[in-house]
Amino acid sequence: MKLDAKIPEGPLAEKWNKHKFDLKLVNPANKRKYDVIVVGTGLAGASAAASLAELGYNVKAFCFQDSPRRAHSIAAQGGINAAKNYPNDGDSVYRLFYDTIKGGDYRSREGNVYRLAEVSVNIIDQCVAQGVPFAREYGGLLDNRSFGGAQVSRTFYAKGQTGQQLLLGAYSALNRQIELGKVKMYTRSEMLDVVVVDGKAQGIITRNLITGQVDTHSGHAVLLCTGGYGNVFYLSTNAMGSNVTAAWRAHKKGAYFANPCYTQIHPTCIPVTGDHQSKLTLMSESLRNDGRVWVPKTLELSQKLQKGELKAKDIKEADRDYYLERKYPSFGNLVPRDVASRNAKQVCDEGRGVGKSGLAVYLDFADSIGRLGQPAVAAKYGNLFDMYQQITDENPYEVPMRIYPAVHYTMGGLWVDYNLMTSLPGLYCLGEANFSDHGANRLGASALMQGLADGYFVIPYTVGDYLANIGPAPIDASRPEFAKAKAEVEEKIKTLLSLNGTRTVDEYHRDLGHIMWEYCGMSRTAEGLQKAKGLIADLRNSFWKDVIVVGENEEVNQSLEKAGRVADFIELGELMVDDALNRSESCGGHFREESQTPEGEALRKDDEFAYVAAWEFKGINMPEALHKEELIFENVKLTQRSYK
Amino acid sequence: MSGHMNLTLKVWRQKNSTTPGKFVTYKADEISPDMSFLEMLDVVNEDLVKKKEDPIHFDHDCREGICGMCSLVINGEPHGPKRATTTCQLHMRSFSDKDTIVIEPWRATAFPVVKDLVTNRSSFDRIQQAGGYVSVGTGGVPDANEIPISKVIADEAMSSATCIGCGACVAACKNASAMLFVSAKISQFALLPQGQPERYARAEAMVLQMDEEGFGGCTNTYACEAQCPKEIKVTNIARMNREFFNAELIKS
Repeated sequence: MKLDAKIPEGPLAEKWNKHKFDLKLVNPANKRKYDVIVVGTGLAGASAAASLAELGYNVKAFCFQDSPRRAHSIAAQGGINAAKNYPNDGDSVYRLFYDTIKGGDYRSREGNVYRLAEVSVNIIDQCVAQGVPFAREYGGLLDNRSFGGAQVSRTFYAKGQTGQQLLLGAYSALNRQIELGKVKMYTRSEMLDVVVVDGKAQGIITRNLITGQVDTHSGHAVLLCTGGYGNVFYLSTNAMGSNVTAAWRAHKKGAYFANPCYTQIHPTCIPVTGDHQSKLTLMSESLRNDGRVWVPKTLELSQKLQKGELKAKDIKEADRDYYLERKYPSFGNLVPRDVASRNAKQVCDEGRGVGKSGLAVYLDFADSIGRLGQPAVAAKYGNLFDMYQQITDENPYEVPMRIYPAVHYTMGGLWVDYNLMTSLPGLYCLGEANFSDHGANRLGASALMQGLADGYFVIPYTVGDYLANIGPAPIDASRPEFAKAKAEVEEKIKTLLSLNGTRTVDEYHRDLGHIMWEYCGMSRTAEGLQKAKGLIADLRNSFWKDVIVVGENEEVNQSLEKAGRVADFIELGELMVDDALNRSESCGGHFREESQTPEGEALRKDDEFAYVAAWEFKGINMPEALHKEELIFENVKLTQRSYK
Repeated sequence: MSGHMNLTLKVWRQKNSTTPGKFVTYKADEISPDMSFLEMLDVVNEDLVKKKEDPIHFDHDCREGICGMCSLVINGEPHGPKRATTTCQLHMRSFSDKDTIVIEPWRATAFPVVKDLVTNRSSFDRIQQAGGYVSVGTGGVPDANEIPISKVIADEAMSSATCIGCGACVAACKNASAMLFVSAKISQFALLPQGQPERYARAEAMVLQMDEEGFGGCTNTYACEAQCPKEIKVTNIARMNREFFNAELIKS
């Protein structure tokens, strides 16, 4: 199959408008004849479900949590970008587009990214109208702050809880439609497969996490809004329940998986303290606005800090290396995330890290507190400082924070065309779960933007075109494909429950995480990746022989839930390694040690790799087939990214 | 390692909503003070699974104190002994070696136990569905800066909106009242200009749904405010009462 991204012809700034006109419409009286399934209720899912229901479609929405409001979008801290140019500092749709393409290291589509920048302004209007309490200036107008990878202030925020407020906005819109009867909400329901009939996605199989009942649901279209797969690394900033299962099962039914190796390692997270650790906590990138990153200039001083013989305040100004400010004078502490993370790793690898483990750098607010006063700093970041103190038992108003990079976001995901449709007709993918807009590195405050852009302003147009084409005849859920998919899911559950092994699911998950972090983490080599491939294959074989899954299906069984998710993570891990091996260039968050500039920056190979790698599942124990979608750049010039 | 603790846990175990539950005692040994409370339970569960026993089920997800999924009444206090802290952000340094810790689910008629420490809080969703929104559809809204909002008002609305919907207020209240939760949402919209058109209808609908779900009334003990991990203020309840009375006045 040839990949057709369906990017509209014509000048960049006119593509989306022209396309909207070319898309078919479903007439208002016919919309109620269509059922649309939405899986996941984060920013993308909740906004899509609400918007489609408002249009008149019958929506069935699913989440595995006890309420749609718990989706992990809720934890996004820093903000959401929009090209409003309220601060009058030179922003524009084109600049947001350009920053995002460049920030993604020229591995995303011009057309998609431009559309994202274009609708960004509508998102802010929409959220304000819903009653989202964004931060404001004393004059009553909206406040903005700056974020990594940009030299303008275009980030809207609600304290350090922007994701929470945006999600609660989308949740409220969803609630309104539930009350009106246009959305049927299924909570504590996990999607375990997609049903394909005549080559089209026409339903899903779910497991009720309370009763264990396996159900089939039919729909004219299925939207996966199921988030990212960062938990393949075991330790990440994702929620404990975040998983790849819905996307992975869809992949095995025919949806291509694009750029799986593009993972974002976020520079400002609280360092690991021990083996018991279950997750990592992010400190918002917005902290880099006022915090300065440093380590000691010499190994000797670092060692004294690590042993606890010296404290941060004992290190004289002249003995500190503010390495980001030194190496990147124009962006300073606000370089993009991949650059900041790699530099943190580099100074720690040199032995100049701080903290007991030596795997941390300082993020210091002393200057800002001196300049602005503690109350002003507290007003901006109070909840983040509190969270830091809660976890580390250190007061960041008095001592610098210790931070280290951690897995945060996955730019890869199911391949989608300009309409957000996967390679499986009728199956759409929105938000972090798709691959579309961030290239090889996502800029801060762009995830919320993309999730809401997809849900509020893209899918309501594009799904209509598909629905109009297939017509409103009811989906026949008595087709044998439904029963077959259900039986397969039940069989898989039975197999898992029958494994009476010796190792826990968490042990397998932790092992997988170690392999991925070691060989497919912040820097990668062909040799290491080859090794990882073997290790993961062994792990997979062992898992299906020796894992312990306790209890039964017909009850709440968190052991069974985890087992299914980790089994999928292991398979995904193998594909990520294959993708990372194939891409023998460095770009964004994907750093191949073999491909770097003399200064140690990521060196792209545009002649060979300016493409999207979309992988097709070919069967268990078979290598996946690689399909390439060439990336065509008509508006921006591909250059070595520089933040100096 | 020094500083590690050996603890005794008394944990509420209940197979499902129809089977009676009971306390079961577990040992939690070699617990590091740097662990979070839920990580301590992870360690206990890992041992149980190794022994092929059913792990202790509890709700949790983000482990950053924002999703509102974690719960647990710890030694009689919702979210445990530390103020303004969710269970997932509670660390074992708040406990001492040889402590006995009693762990229960939220106790309220409107939050039936699903299994062990997991409860069903869908009543909260139904209250939100009754009116916790501004009735605007996607598209066709004014520019975000068209209506200036005083910073004081916006900040106040934000303080109310910060509620994570965990239900600790209900668990803390001797009447199992949900008024702090409901009033936080009513306040957010009552304060903002966007909430004005439906201000009174919303207050009425949400309060009626709250009553229908079987939550108790408020008798001003302020236990909810004391236990709220996000420090939602009881002044929200005063505002809700005012909104509700006004709604009734306008109708009559």
